[in-house]
Amino acid sequence: MIQFGNIQIDEIQMRLLEEVADLHSVPEGAFNIRSNGKSAARFSTANIEIEPKEDASGINVHIKPGTKNESVHIPVVMTQSGLTELVYNDFYIGEGCDVTIVAGCGIDNCGPKDSEHDGIHRFYVGKGAKIRYVEKHYGSGTGTGKRILNPGTEVYMEENSTMEMEMVQIKGVDDTDRTTTAELAAGARLVVRERLMTHDKQRATSTYVVNLNGEGATADVVSRSVARDDSYQKFDAKIIGNAPCSGHTECDSIIMDNGRILAVPGLEANDVDAALVHEAAIGKIAGDQIIKLMTLGLTEQEAEEQIINGFLK
Amino acid sequence: MLELRNITFDVHDDGQDKEIIRDVSLTLPDRKLIVVTGPNGGGKSTLARLIAGIETPTSGQILLNGEDITHMSITDRAKKGIGFAFQQPVRFKGLQVLDLIRLAAGKHLTVVDACAYLSKVGLCARDYINREVNSSLSGGELKRIEIATVLAKAPSLAIFDEPEAGIDLWSFQNLIDVFQRLREHIQDSSILIISHQERILNIADEIIVLRDGHLVRKGSKDEILPELIGTSAAIPTCRGPEESEAM
Repeated sequence: MIQFGNIQIDEIQMRLLEEVADLHSVPEGAFNIRSNGKSAARFSTANIEIEPKEDASGINVHIKPGTKNESVHIPVVMTQSGLTELVYNDFYIGEGCDVTIVAGCGIDNCGPKDSEHDGIHRFYVGKGAKIRYVEKHYGSGTGTGKRILNPGTEVYMEENSTMEMEMVQIKGVDDTDRTTTAELAAGARLVVRERLMTHDKQRATSTYVVNLNGEGATADVVSRSVARDDSYQKFDAKIIGNAPCSGHTECDSIIMDNGRILAVPGLEANDVDAALVHEAAIGKIAGDQIIKLMTLGLTEQEAEEQIINGFLK
Repeated sequence: MLELRNITFDVHDDGQDKEIIRDVSLTLPDRKLIVVTGPNGGGKSTLARLIAGIETPTSGQILLNGEDITHMSITDRAKKGIGFAFQQPVRFKGLQVLDLIRLAAGKHLTVVDACAYLSKVGLCARDYINREVNSSLSGGELKRIEIATVLAKAPSLAIFDEPEAGIDLWSFQNLIDVFQRLREHIQDSSILIISHQERILNIADEIIVLRDGHLVRKGSKDEILPELIGTSAAIPTCRGPEESEAM
């Protein structure tokens, strides 16, 4: 066992924490670590209060107006095969805040039963607040049970607030249904960078519905993904302009082996001054990219890895 | 030293075989800068790609320092010391200039060391080192980064396929300086440039002329260059090949 602050965790849990939240020790600032269905450690600061929900599983995070340069870590680790949980985490972010929130879930399943974590995150972002949100998903373990993650994210943005979301799922998650919805008031700005790689027989769907409701609201939703082996992905991004606003969605994908990808970009303009753009491109790695790296001394396989690493960086 | 013995390369096009390179034999000695010239479509770039292993000859042999590399992979040839700068450099989404230079050097260069290669090709390193090698770079910028990767690789045989293509006049002078410095520090390596620019031919030790897949002339610069002036095999910087008379 490893001493982690005032709790003890095992080596697998430690590795999962490193993968999903870059945590090598107890983080600075507020945190809540959830392990195998229970809160294992929790810490609030003067400005950031984390409290358990009374009516459901999960937490409420209250961030005081004007809080700046602080962070909240809320990683989830699961190492018990056959565990299924549904967790609600709500974030109430005060006006004028500037904070970083790091979530993420790591599942290690060595057993025959499926392990599933469905996390519903709701963000209420106050006027002028600025949030950076990082969410990483990771799976490992040799069991036949699936590792399933179904994250739901709801974002409610008040005037002139900013949210930058980085969603990463690179390895080991067998099945994912990700749904992200956002409602933006005037002057609010949403930036999403999603990076996804699926392998073996994995399946991942990612759905975005972004409503730009106020004048000057902007959204930029960009996904880069790689589907290898026999995996399947669906990227479904819809931006709805209900006011003079601007929106951009992009899906850029590499397919390998028998990988399959369906990209469904959608735009809906309900205001004559809504400017909306979508782009989507799917294809295999270009042969001349591999040849170029081979002329630098890399093998074909090393070249592919470098190209994918760069693409998903 | 690189030796080509009776190299022939055919392609199958429109239901018939077409000879691109016909029975070319030549030796590229060490410590020399050699320029291959000749009219468009004469087989110059194909010859360079055959040496780098991107194409395999239909018949003949390629020897590098006495070792037969005819059927060796691109990777193995690169490891043996062959470097290749593409005529049309490849773009990579996500890979940064720094990544590419580190891959070329085959080791974890410091940012300062990597920047030195960019400075050598006339790019302000600070502005480029963290840029992605993607479509945000102009053709000329990409070309210079391509040359920087070959410098970082420090090959014993460096091949540049039409390095001047897509480069503006100002950069062209810079490019000549790059090759002149390479020539000064050539040591035991050798440099092969595919070009029909007179000013690049002018810094050559030896010139090879390819036409219709045949090697038609080979000799020292002083011997060959005067014969080429005014033909499409040696065009002044300010004129395009289409304006020159075919040789």
